[in-house]
Amino acid sequence: MTQPSMKIDIQRYRPEMDEKPFMQTFEVPYKADMSVLEALQYIKDHLDSTISFRWSCRMAICGSCGLMVDGVPKLGCKAFLRDYYPQTLTLKPLANFPIERDLVAVMDDFIKKLEEIKPYIIPAKTASNEKKCLSDGAYKQTPEQMEKYKKYSMCINCGLCYSACPQYALDKKFTGPAALALLARYNRDSRDAGKAERMKIVNQEEGVWGCTFVGYCSVVCPKGVDPAGAIQLLKVESSKDYLIGMFKPEQ
Amino acid sequence: MSKRKPYIQELPTDWWMKQLFYTKYMIREGSSVFITIYSLILAWGVLRLSQGEAAFNAWMTSLQSPVAIIVHVIALALALYHTITWFSLAPKAVDLWIKGKALDDKFIVSGHYAAFIAATVFCLFVIML
Repeated sequence: MTQPSMKIDIQRYRPEMDEKPFMQTFEVPYKADMSVLEALQYIKDHLDSTISFRWSCRMAICGSCGLMVDGVPKLGCKAFLRDYYPQTLTLKPLANFPIERDLVAVMDDFIKKLEEIKPYIIPAKTASNEKKCLSDGAYKQTPEQMEKYKKYSMCINCGLCYSACPQYALDKKFTGPAALALLARYNRDSRDAGKAERMKIVNQEEGVWGCTFVGYCSVVCPKGVDPAGAIQLLKVESSKDYLIGMFKPEQ
Repeated sequence: MSKRKPYIQELPTDWWMKQLFYTKYMIREGSSVFITIYSLILAWGVLRLSQGEAAFNAWMTSLQSPVAIIVHVIALALALYHTITWFSLAPKAVDLWIKGKALDDKFIVSGHYAAFIAATVFCLFVIML
């Protein structure tokens, strides 16, 4: 019996040779348990060693192998050939990002946005305006307090949500789903006191108000983070912030 | 010298036609056009009412033209579509916790439908009276 095979169209782009991307078709042996990432590794090992793609852990935790699978942003390690067989599969680099080479996207803008939202715990100052000393002991948290932000802390920074976001595609200044979900993660943490600082980012036009609630980010998220939900809750917070600000005397 | 030459991906103008999810989103957003038209017709009616009985009756007659009926049917269909899709999204904008657990989505959605039905019955009651 001959081994069944499957055709895969891959978008190529070699910056030193090509003006624009083009499609190239490969044929890989089909196995029901083969992931898209394994198919790419088969192509690199046996068919064309020049093809470039990112990967590391093979188990949906590193967030490296994001790509467009038939137009939908997915992790290569979490998408399986069996869900597309016997049709031809189309692979392209993550949408809305510049293409470095073949299936490798330039994620610099995304990383910059993650850094911008102060993604760390900003502790409250004590009465003497000093930060709590390590010798004073740990910051304690109940499971209930953890539950408030846990979902938003599961992000693996794969960038699929940015590829799913038409608002980010239309305006690259938009802070975007993952960064805002990460912001919510810290704002909702009982050990954090940096909410006022982060609300300045939230309240901007490029903050939560750049979101029109398309909601596809939450659909494509491989870790169930629900960035769309985080952003809508931040919109509520931002509105409250605005209303309270109206009644506060000028500082 | 760097050989880097990142290729900028453009968003095609028909991006919302290529993915069913985006198309549904655009219908939800686009429903605002017909709902605006409906609101304007209604506001026009209020204006005609202020101009006397004859003016108001002329407005009422104009509503019976086939074009007016088609516009209203489309506006109703889109308003219902918007309502249903919006209610299903409502839990994402609600942050209610009871005894350390987030309130179940289905309670929030059914709460919206209950309020919708109550408001409709109330309006019907006011009109019928």
